[in-house]
Amino acid sequence: MALAVVIFLLVIGSIIFHFASPWWFTEIAADWGSIDFTINLTFWVTGFVFVACNLFLAYCIWKFRQKEGHKAVYEPENHKLEIGLSAITTVGVIAMLAPGLFVWASFVNVPDDAVQIEVLGSQWQWQYRYPGADGQLGTADVLLVTEDNPFGVNPEDPRGQDDVVVNDPELHLPLGQPVQTLLRSHDVLHNFTVPQFRVKMDLVPGLVSYLWFDPTREGRFDVMCEELCGIGHFVMRGAVVVEPQADFDAWIAQQTTFSETQNMAAPNVAAGQAAYAACATCHGQQGEGNQALNAPKLAGQQPWYIERQIQHFKDGARGGDGDTYGAQMAAFANMLADETAVRNVAAYINTFPDTPAQPTVTGDVDNGYDIYDRNCAACHLDNGQGTWYNDSPKLAGMSDWYFVTQISNFRAGIRGLHPTDDYGEQMVSMATAMSDLEEIQDVAAYINTLQR
Amino acid sequence: MSLFKSLAVKPWERKGIIGGLRPEGAFDTSPEKVGLSYFLVIASVVFSLFMVSYVIRMELPDWQPLSEPGQLWANTLLLILSSVLFQWTRNIVSSDKPRNLMTAFFGAGLFAILFIAGQLMTWGNLQEGGFYLTSNPANAFYYLLTGLHAVHLLGGLWVWSKGAIRLLSGAEAKDLRLSVELCTLYWHFLLVVWLILFAFLANT
Amino acid sequence: MAYVPLADQDKEMEMHHPHSWVEKYVWSQDHKVIAIQYGSIAVFTGIIGLTLSVLFRLQLGFPESVDFIDPNFYYQAVTMHGMIMVVYFLTALFLGGFGNYMIPLMCGARDMVFPFMNMLSVWTFLLSVIILMASFFVGGGPTGAGWTLYPPQTAMEGTPGHDMGIVLMLISLAVFIVATTMGGLNYAVTVLQYRCRGLTMMRLPLTVWGIFVATILALFAFPALLVAAIMMLFDTLLGTSFFMPAVIEAGAPLDHNGGSPLLFQHLFWFFGHPEVYIVALPAFGLVSDVLSTHARKNIFGYRMMVWAIIAIGGLSFIVWAHHMYVSGMHPYFGFFFATTTLIIAVPTALKVYNWVLTLWEGDIRLNAPMYFAIGFIFTFIHGGLTGLFLGNVVIDLPLSDTYFVIAHFHMVMGVSPILVLFAAIYHWYPLMSGRMFHEGLAKAHFWLTFLGAYAIYLPMHYLGFLGVPRRYYQIGATDFIPASAQDLNASITIAAIFVAVAQLLFFVNIIWSLKYGKKAEKNPWGSASLEWQTPDLPPKHGNWGDELPTVYRWAYDYSVPGAHEDFIPQNTPETVEPTVDEEHFDPDQDASKADI
Repeated sequence: MALAVVIFLLVIGSIIFHFASPWWFTEIAADWGSIDFTINLTFWVTGFVFVACNLFLAYCIWKFRQKEGHKAVYEPENHKLEIGLSAITTVGVIAMLAPGLFVWASFVNVPDDAVQIEVLGSQWQWQYRYPGADGQLGTADVLLVTEDNPFGVNPEDPRGQDDVVVNDPELHLPLGQPVQTLLRSHDVLHNFTVPQFRVKMDLVPGLVSYLWFDPTREGRFDVMCEELCGIGHFVMRGAVVVEPQADFDAWIAQQTTFSETQNMAAPNVAAGQAAYAACATCHGQQGEGNQALNAPKLAGQQPWYIERQIQHFKDGARGGDGDTYGAQMAAFANMLADETAVRNVAAYINTFPDTPAQPTVTGDVDNGYDIYDRNCAACHLDNGQGTWYNDSPKLAGMSDWYFVTQISNFRAGIRGLHPTDDYGEQMVSMATAMSDLEEIQDVAAYINTLQR
Repeated sequence: MSLFKSLAVKPWERKGIIGGLRPEGAFDTSPEKVGLSYFLVIASVVFSLFMVSYVIRMELPDWQPLSEPGQLWANTLLLILSSVLFQWTRNIVSSDKPRNLMTAFFGAGLFAILFIAGQLMTWGNLQEGGFYLTSNPANAFYYLLTGLHAVHLLGGLWVWSKGAIRLLSGAEAKDLRLSVELCTLYWHFLLVVWLILFAFLANT
Repeated sequence: MAYVPLADQDKEMEMHHPHSWVEKYVWSQDHKVIAIQYGSIAVFTGIIGLTLSVLFRLQLGFPESVDFIDPNFYYQAVTMHGMIMVVYFLTALFLGGFGNYMIPLMCGARDMVFPFMNMLSVWTFLLSVIILMASFFVGGGPTGAGWTLYPPQTAMEGTPGHDMGIVLMLISLAVFIVATTMGGLNYAVTVLQYRCRGLTMMRLPLTVWGIFVATILALFAFPALLVAAIMMLFDTLLGTSFFMPAVIEAGAPLDHNGGSPLLFQHLFWFFGHPEVYIVALPAFGLVSDVLSTHARKNIFGYRMMVWAIIAIGGLSFIVWAHHMYVSGMHPYFGFFFATTTLIIAVPTALKVYNWVLTLWEGDIRLNAPMYFAIGFIFTFIHGGLTGLFLGNVVIDLPLSDTYFVIAHFHMVMGVSPILVLFAAIYHWYPLMSGRMFHEGLAKAHFWLTFLGAYAIYLPMHYLGFLGVPRRYYQIGATDFIPASAQDLNASITIAAIFVAVAQLLFFVNIIWSLKYGKKAEKNPWGSASLEWQTPDLPPKHGNWGDELPTVYRWAYDYSVPGAHEDFIPQNTPETVEPTVDEEHFDPDQDASKADI
């Protein structure tokens, strides 16, 4: 009896929950209204069946519960009824499946006017490649990947020379232009998802998969990875900016082509040395760092990382509220005029001899190992050297007190939350692997052991 | 009664004992043989799935076909002999006057052992020729499939060795009958698997 | 050798009667003891799986305040939870536990055909569990690659447990497959060859049908997992490239080339989808018998139910790639697999209709087993219907890899089979222990479990509609997930903790009742099927005393017009109880015939 009432109430409750719920699909931003139509159709058909079946179930329980003097009816089967019910079910299934297959056909067949853009996934970043003026993407191979050629574009292929390579997780798309994204992965499975576009597809190393959509709404949307790709899966985020054609044209004109990245002039170390004079006051003549002045060691750090951080200080992505020393640094960073100047300084720093910094932090090395090995080593590697591939800086032999400050900053939201600091945002999430200052010090103490 | 017919009966209408002593639908053979058949189906599925994987993997660009060593022909002959001898053993144990049982039974096992030795030799030759497991997926499949087949045969030899011990300690032909029948079925199965594998490996 | 019918060789049948405690309870060859051993090991692993789920639910519900779960452990916990629940808990409990207990009793046999192999099976299963649990203690910990173990990430630096954890997982699975094969061989051959006199296949209870067909599925499905595991072990340990393509790890290429990750996915799901039905079909069977017994009515449309079990089993082998719509396989496959997937909805729906129609015009006894069985119908309708979303290929585009998927499969193959498990354990508890369980505790257990589970999974579907991705340690900041989603997550976690704790009621009940429960009378539910007709309760070793039973009728003779009681046991000769030919008989309308 109670069961019949509860099942009745659950049905009513589910209906109320649905109508009261603010949780539903996010507003669509691509021309895939047909997918939403299929979902709604299925929702209402199945919703009706859910309500009907369960109300009937509740009725049966209530009506035919055991009572004095009541007996069950003997009826082994009723073939006609069963066949009739199966037929109705079949009709319902066809009603849901048929539109689904039609929409799938339009998803499978890419329209001729769609432009091709490559989406490249690697642990744990998004990068993009546009076909350039010739409208064709050059061939690429995972075995050609190097720090200077992160896409593995075939340098022999003339079609690839004018490809626009975007080594940044932000994708720009012109409004109303159908796009076919060609999906490639350099390591594990990933999945390119923009919830507003409704479609998603895996990136599989060794082959090129695709999906297509027609962006219909301006805005900035999240790109998510939705296929488990290792420990950094949940921080593998990107963004897609849908903007009017004119804005898009202006944006893409600023990007570099593949041949430009290959033929970039070598950095001017002498110019870098001159510029470094301002830095030497705090960071030391040989980039050895100075804890008293809150200047971390620079020698031995990877040039791409130094470049990126100086850029962040210049952009205001670092050194904002709560980061006093970062604000000092931002002032100095702004003395470097442009990207070339930044590159020059980084190149000069790269010439310094790398002697490990003196350990200043103590902690439980075993616990530090445990945390580091489980969570940090995936990017910063077992030896703490870091790698351009994972966008991870070197940790071993660098200033341990600086490590403690920065992890604390990540945890406090002082560093990494600026919209342009995509890689810092990953650290904000990963830094939760260390729950308090003590654990941060443990990890720092463990990293100190990596130099010996 | 055919399968479809028996699935269509209305069981509530049929009362009383049906099917005599033997449960309706049971196979007219010993449970051991049904059990072995069940296992053979699993083994067939395993080998088939490996071959399906082989075909799918073959279509990828890095595949370099392996030229199978000619010695496999000799090995095949050994396995055929082993199977034939098992059939002979089987005929002997079912006959009224068992004769030459020892020769047939031990001959069958011996040729199976020789087959495995032969397979190992081909492995050795391939290794010497620089065809390592990791050099190419074709090699990897070759080692994997022949290895798996040999492991199955070793399992059979284990059962055979138990029979051999019983035979040496004076068991009579009729005591060995079931065990020989099962072995014979298993050997024929492994021969067929090998012939298919061999044809498959040789033609790709 | 000519086949000697079981009934004739019975007298000389050699029973391995145990002589000592160890032989009776440890190295036992009695199918009932083995069933309990299988069940206990499975429940033990299930408790570990449940604990892991509570831990990672804490992280998801309260990411700010739960400090002790790092990303590494989170991924290990979700992976191990999934694998444990699907394989080591549900499969082992349904086939090893209920298959072992029910098949010989329902078939009127003294034991399984190969009792020694049966014993070997349970110990091999224990070995596989030990290997699995060992992975918690090796360097790097258990694998965190997700329960689907997709290469290439399983073996790569960025994945937790990529060194020893994954190797132990694969070895444990291989050992488990050996154990299941030995068990399955026994179940299938026993059903085929060891049925007692008069017991035709169409007289078998649906429990046996469900387990039998599930065993046949296992026969074809588990080899696929074995093949995949062997090749992945080769890739991981020996450096071959079956599944491993050329990939970059931490900036340098690995020593693999050309392998196909999709090949692994095909093999995995060729196992994985039938695996869903290896769990579901026994559940369908068990719940049918519980419903029929307590509704005092035969299972409605028995023949269609058998056909549906067979049809679902057959179809389950041609739907596997619906797990791979967005895997990057050729998109044309989507048309085929969406169609086959939605076809499977028809026989499944028919089963639901027939369960409800069994209740229709019945005389429903609303006790604890029946509560769980009816609860199952509700959750299964819910889970089955959401399957129509994911099976329809375009709807899978936005919903796959979101919480909608999690909610769907937990509803359909987590909550539903577990409700059946409880229904079945309570229903057959008097048979297994000779005691009655505590009805009040059992009902309290039902309410907390059933309502709690719905409170977990109904809102979870809506997280999926929002697009919240699965397997995220933290959702973090996004532009499409409102902050209120976190409240939903927190409430789900609280409900999950409630449900987990509520299971204590179950354990208290079955352990307490073992000693203090009311002594069960013979056939306490008035059941018609054979397992309740043993001379002893609980049945002794050998089950049937001196003589094997003879079966005269099907297992569902309930409320037959003209009978003395509202059930007729299967082994009652037709001469003792009259037969009827009515297609539909309503005792209320035709009172003259109701009691003869």
